[in-house]
Amino acid sequence: MSGVADATTTTRPSWMTASGIRTLVREHPMVPLVGLLALLVALSEVIRPGIVSPNWAGVLLRGAVPLAILAACQTITMLTAGIDLSVGAVASMSGFLVATLVGDTGLVLAIVIALAVSALVGLVNGIGAGVFKVHPLIMTLGMSLVVLGLANVWQVMRVQTGSGVPTEFRQLGANLFFGFIPVNLLLFVPLALLVIFTLNRTGFGRLLYAIGDNPVASRLSGAKSWQVLAVLYLISGVLAGIAGFLFSGLTNTASVTLADSALLPSVAAAVIGGTSIFGGRGTYSGTIIGALILTVISSILSSLGYPEAVRQILFGSMIVFVAAAYTRITTD
Amino acid sequence: MNAAVGAAVESRSSPLATLGRLVRRNVWTLGLLVILALLLVATKIIQPSYGPAGIQGLAISVLPLALAAAAQTSAVLARGIDLSIGSMMALTSVVSARLMDDQTEGFAILVVAGVLILGLVIGAVNGALVVFTRVPDIVVTLAMLFVWAGAALLVLNTPGGGSAKWLSDLTRGPLFTDWLPQAAVLLVAVVAVIWIPIRRSRLGLSIYAVGSDPLAAFRSGVSVTRTKIFSYMLAGLFSAIGGLALTATTGIGTPVPGPYTLMSVAAVVLGGVSLAGGRGGIFGPVIAVIILSLLRTDMTFLNVDTNLATVAQGLILVGVVMVGSLIQMRRER
Amino acid sequence: MTRGTTQHLLDASGVSKRYGAVVALKSASLRVLPGEVHALMGANGAGKSTLVKILTGAVRPDEGVIEVRGTQRRSHSPAEARRAGLVSVYQEPALIPDLDIDSNLRLTGTPINPFRDWVNQLGLDALDLTRMAREVPLASLRIIDLARALAIEPDVLMLDEMTAALPANLSERVLDVINGMRGGDRSIVFISHRMIEIASVCDRATVLREGETVGVVDMDDVDAEDRIVELMLGEIAEELSDNGVRKGAPERGSDGGPRIEVRGLAASERLRDVSFELYPGEVLGVIALEGQGQDELFDILSGSIRPVDGQVLVDGKKVSFRHPADAIQEGIVFVPADRAEALLMQRPVRDNIALPFSVRLRRWGPIRRSTEKPKVDKAIDRLQIEMRAQGEVRFLSGGNQQKVTIARWLAGGVQTMLCFDPTRGIDIRTKHQIYPLLRELAAAGAAILLYTSELSEIELACDRAIVIFGGEVVAEIDAADADEGTLLRAAHNLKSDALLPEEIVASAHSGGSASEDPGEVDG
Repeated sequence: MSGVADATTTTRPSWMTASGIRTLVREHPMVPLVGLLALLVALSEVIRPGIVSPNWAGVLLRGAVPLAILAACQTITMLTAGIDLSVGAVASMSGFLVATLVGDTGLVLAIVIALAVSALVGLVNGIGAGVFKVHPLIMTLGMSLVVLGLANVWQVMRVQTGSGVPTEFRQLGANLFFGFIPVNLLLFVPLALLVIFTLNRTGFGRLLYAIGDNPVASRLSGAKSWQVLAVLYLISGVLAGIAGFLFSGLTNTASVTLADSALLPSVAAAVIGGTSIFGGRGTYSGTIIGALILTVISSILSSLGYPEAVRQILFGSMIVFVAAAYTRITTD
Repeated sequence: MNAAVGAAVESRSSPLATLGRLVRRNVWTLGLLVILALLLVATKIIQPSYGPAGIQGLAISVLPLALAAAAQTSAVLARGIDLSIGSMMALTSVVSARLMDDQTEGFAILVVAGVLILGLVIGAVNGALVVFTRVPDIVVTLAMLFVWAGAALLVLNTPGGGSAKWLSDLTRGPLFTDWLPQAAVLLVAVVAVIWIPIRRSRLGLSIYAVGSDPLAAFRSGVSVTRTKIFSYMLAGLFSAIGGLALTATTGIGTPVPGPYTLMSVAAVVLGGVSLAGGRGGIFGPVIAVIILSLLRTDMTFLNVDTNLATVAQGLILVGVVMVGSLIQMRRER
Repeated sequence: MTRGTTQHLLDASGVSKRYGAVVALKSASLRVLPGEVHALMGANGAGKSTLVKILTGAVRPDEGVIEVRGTQRRSHSPAEARRAGLVSVYQEPALIPDLDIDSNLRLTGTPINPFRDWVNQLGLDALDLTRMAREVPLASLRIIDLARALAIEPDVLMLDEMTAALPANLSERVLDVINGMRGGDRSIVFISHRMIEIASVCDRATVLREGETVGVVDMDDVDAEDRIVELMLGEIAEELSDNGVRKGAPERGSDGGPRIEVRGLAASERLRDVSFELYPGEVLGVIALEGQGQDELFDILSGSIRPVDGQVLVDGKKVSFRHPADAIQEGIVFVPADRAEALLMQRPVRDNIALPFSVRLRRWGPIRRSTEKPKVDKAIDRLQIEMRAQGEVRFLSGGNQQKVTIARWLAGGVQTMLCFDPTRGIDIRTKHQIYPLLRELAAAGAAILLYTSELSEIELACDRAIVIFGGEVVAEIDAADADEGTLLRAAHNLKSDALLPEEIVASAHSGGSASEDPGEVDG
């Protein structure tokens, strides 16, 4: 039947045409991303000759890891056309909880409590989004208010006990092996592999893509989206909690607003990494590169002496620009 | 055809029926008014000394919040959402505070006009980005939240600047009687002067049309693009007035966005505006903001930790949206 | 076909439009004379709606010239097209649900008095303009939409399936009004699948096939209808149409009772009281005009909605589905007509087919490829799905997409399959792959319920058919007796010797009205 046209015939190499570029970006999103990253590294070297070194790379990587974990929350929730804006508050809360509890309960129990609370927040998000069909943005934004408020109350209650980030967290979050391999990779590499495996090779991952791609079709195929979303946001909460440990270790501070400033970059990393806010499209490996790109940009900006304000403006513009570019490429 | 059928099409009906219809269509807003009245009574019981001074304080603290709610309503009615309202307010506030600092009272009039135009422009930028990039409203405005906040920091790195005296005086003190704060009159006047003519015009109809059913609106000859951009411009305008209100009431400009975006979303939902667009009015959210502020006041009277008030606001937001969508699901079944 | 020097009111030629790789219109033309009612015809997917959207400014064409009264027009929006004198009434009424009728009229700048006149002429009683559009029944909304379009007196009015889902009395009035427009200064472009309506009101018909105008037929010609069918189907039809699939008499499972038994099922206003039995080993056809409750019936059986009244028994056991997963659990799977409801457009074919394997909680873990892949491969093989393009499903042709939705269920083994118009808008070759497949499945013991909007499919694929009208089963017909005339009469709830609708239409002109009102049009 010729009602549907054959693909565009062309004599030029496919990558030279506009549709070829589209196909490339669509089929192999990692290629342009890694290219951009390399370009930015080169730019750093041009701006400050000699700056690119193993130590420089290690420090950047160390900073990118907690961001990449927060961005994992955005990636997996965006696959279902959702978003998790509570990750900043949850990560802060979790790091703060451990710092205030560790003196009384010991490290292990403090971690368990912090992760349990993170998971609970995530579960509430998931039930709100899955069962009550509240838009995830509203749900998670509301929960971030609740978490922040409760964390503040907790802070007032614990003000006499004092707090301290456990040494283990500082070693995990801030140290570098041989001066250039971040210790936090010990945690991050298995975690990242697990996320990638889950997305690509498990039934749960398949359902995430399915629900984001077409909720009606998923339902007709028998998928119960509320179950998927409840578990999904719970996982997102736990990941945010883990990221909180690394943030507190990296900065050696415990504050109820510690990770708030990482919220926008976490969304930006996922969007730049090729995850579609419309759902059904995206990879975690792309997100990791996205987080690295943002970290390199931050370092370039600070080496040029630009204030924080410029970074905000740039990241915000990048989200819009990249999301628009992906929208152009993947539709039509 | 025949005469009996000819007379059947009615557009005018009895005044009583019109009243009934008005009540039916505004039942949510009227309900909110009742809640507000009850809450005022409760406040008086909790704190017998609550009087003109309390009302005065309430009106001043409500003013920027209510304008944020009006801004959010403009965007939501056209099936959008604007998460950048808080930072647009911060930006317009610092711009006005910086320009008015140590300047003449007359120059401040120019500043106010300029800031209003600035509001329209940044709103138009939001709207144009939403429309032309085809990126969802939520993402665009989330990103712009940071862009405008960054811009505000570039204008003023720390809280500072000043406000013209006449501008501050507009929001302070009572009018006619101690029980009528000038800030409240200002709020009602501003919202009414901007909103009512728009609501009556074809433009207002277009906003509701685009929010209610974009395809049908397009087929009815409405320019969805223009209407959406306009709704965001309106959001920008209300945000700019909110920013001026912040400068006027505090006397300085603060570059860090307050909790206005979140509060505005909560107010819109509480105020009976459907997040799916097309349904609701602007006064519901404004009343909802007053209720939320009064609740917070009451909690301080009751010696509740203010942090718990934040928790309560988050829970109210989430709870109302949940109940709203439950009702929606019931209706669809 | 141009009639001497007569100037065309609307002259569109060489209109083309492609969406990415999909060509919606190749080279369409449409020439309409003043005062004529012109039918635009073509099978599903032939490009009719795209052409209408282009003419009314809703879609921009890639190429083509559109002239109205000899002047070239380029409309980039419905508002501009309206100014150029081109207005369309779509299947979905373009009224804003959250505005009252009065505001809707103001929005489009419709003059109120002509609007009222038209509403009255169209026979809509007691219209309250202060009602919200969402509160007005669909049939009334369509009438209002039509009246609104008529009131602004467009040069060319395009009506897209105007009479579908209208109760008989209203559609008669609509046809009357259209008839009354003939011979005037303005024209109507009339899109409908109902040949009888076309024959009764149209002067000429333009036929589209695969995005091209393949001919213009004068309706006064004796063999006009045959020519239209010929043009619509092209050569393939002749090649395959006699190749019936059904062989021999239906073999009903002699051993046992029905697979599904439906008793007095009711839901919403449309589905009122439907009872029937579906046996293993048979393909049971369902015939109904649009909106007679068949959508609700399939939604209930597939677990999407719950009935208000009545029972569904599966293998003699009463069931109540709260979610499609419950129906699937009972072995009942659903193939919807709209592929956009069934497919993950951005996912590959294999993921689409394998989706049902992963939905249950205990299958959320690692995917077992060794057991999954053979099943998926077998389904792909059996349906001969085009796999050259390994990419996303959205790049497949409509026919291949539909095969994927069926393959999804074949992979897991089919006990009971509900097919809702599975051949809608797909090419004829794929259709003729789907019929034998349904037969094979039935022969292997599956029970299949097939709703189809194409009457000829009953003879080709079914053992027997039930006819639903006004939310009730009004007839059961053996496939052997299911010629299109019989089915058509039954679908209109007419006795086999009663008048065909075209005769009703004819009698309407002389003032009589034959049929009762099946719908509910309150005002």
